[in-house]
Amino acid sequence: MSSEAISSTEYIKHHLQNLTYGRLHDGTLGFAHTPEEAKEMGFWALNVDSFLVALVLGALFLFVFARVARSATTGVPSGLQNFVEWILEFIDTSVRGSFSARNPLVAPIALTLFAWIFLMNLMDLLPIDFIPLIAQAMGVHYFKVVPTTDPNVTFGMSIVVFGLILYYSLKVKGAGGFFAELAFQPLPKAAMPFNLVLEGVNLIAKPVSLALRLFGNMYAGEMIFILIALMGATWASASIGSAVMFGSQILLSLGWGIFHILIITLQAFIFMTLTVVYLDMAHQEHH
Amino acid sequence: MNINATLIAQAIMFGLFVWFCMRFVWPPITAALAARQKQIADGLASGERGRHELELAAKRSSEVLHEAKQRAAEIVAQAEKRGIAVIEEAKEQAKVEGNRIITGARAEIEQEVSRAKEQLRENVAKLAVAGAEQILRREVDAKAHADILASLKGGL
Repeated sequence: MSSEAISSTEYIKHHLQNLTYGRLHDGTLGFAHTPEEAKEMGFWALNVDSFLVALVLGALFLFVFARVARSATTGVPSGLQNFVEWILEFIDTSVRGSFSARNPLVAPIALTLFAWIFLMNLMDLLPIDFIPLIAQAMGVHYFKVVPTTDPNVTFGMSIVVFGLILYYSLKVKGAGGFFAELAFQPLPKAAMPFNLVLEGVNLIAKPVSLALRLFGNMYAGEMIFILIALMGATWASASIGSAVMFGSQILLSLGWGIFHILIITLQAFIFMTLTVVYLDMAHQEHH
Repeated sequence: MNINATLIAQAIMFGLFVWFCMRFVWPPITAALAARQKQIADGLASGERGRHELELAAKRSSEVLHEAKQRAAEIVAQAEKRGIAVIEEAKEQAKVEGNRIITGARAEIEQEVSRAKEQLRENVAKLAVAGAEQILRREVDAKAHADILASLKGGL
């Protein structure tokens, strides 16, 4: 609990609000102090917490990997190099498994997605009130530490993937080939409008499902952490009941946290694999 | 949970990260991995080659050893044969030499015998003459009968 005075609803709302920077009601630039204020900022606002955490984690991943890459030896690898090579080979194997065309861009995309999303998801395992309390002590109202519980972040990545799908579809199949793929199947050419609607939805569903799956899983996971954390709220009164609640909070967050280790890895892996599969489909000449 | 410009920021960030990864992270590490793989493969191949060479060398050395043994046995056999031949030859030579010595000794003995006979003959004649002289001293002049004695000696 960030404060004794606030209700459960306020606690949950507080935890689900990003630190948003944008044009305030009175026309000046600044941070939103309430969810309503953040909403009013419209599109031209920035979720500073998501942005900063994503930036720091991505930079950390690239810093470590680039350092290993610069000093990579062909001899006996050091511990860190071994670890990095292990991840790289894992990515390389899965990319080789699901991507049949030749494109030097795909494997780095897969690696970046996997490592970056994994690190962002990993923030979910930090104690739920830890960062917000520190932020509050520093005078920051909101701080949502898991970037992947922000749809902006997941859609930001999936839109880039979507752009790549369109680009490579057009590049490999040509405009005519891509249109044919959308219009002349699965039904015969006569049913072109129907086909177009069907395949169009199919195409749009790729980035949307990619982003929503990650967002939904992480958001739900975060939500459960928040609900578990609420159990300890009754600690205020020193009774046997509250002690039991407090104990079960600890046990439940431990259990959910352990289970969540699987989820965060799995979600990062799914996002990466589906991206590779979609790009592979974009490279396929025909179905 | 509002969609806002974070979306664009995230997309740009993602693009930059991918570019960086593709430029500075992926190629050097995969290159190192490939190089190590090649090194290991080469090492294994050369190990295999070394093993093969060792096998060949062992085979050759045993062959050489075998040949040497055969040669040694041949030489020993030859030497034995030669030794026997030498002994045979020596025996033969000794026999020849012995015969020669025997022949020489026989000739010498014969010579000795004939010389002894000669001497004996002379001595017998002298003895006969001396006997006769003794007998005839009283009756005959020795000088007058010398020619008779000489012809007698020749007739012996």
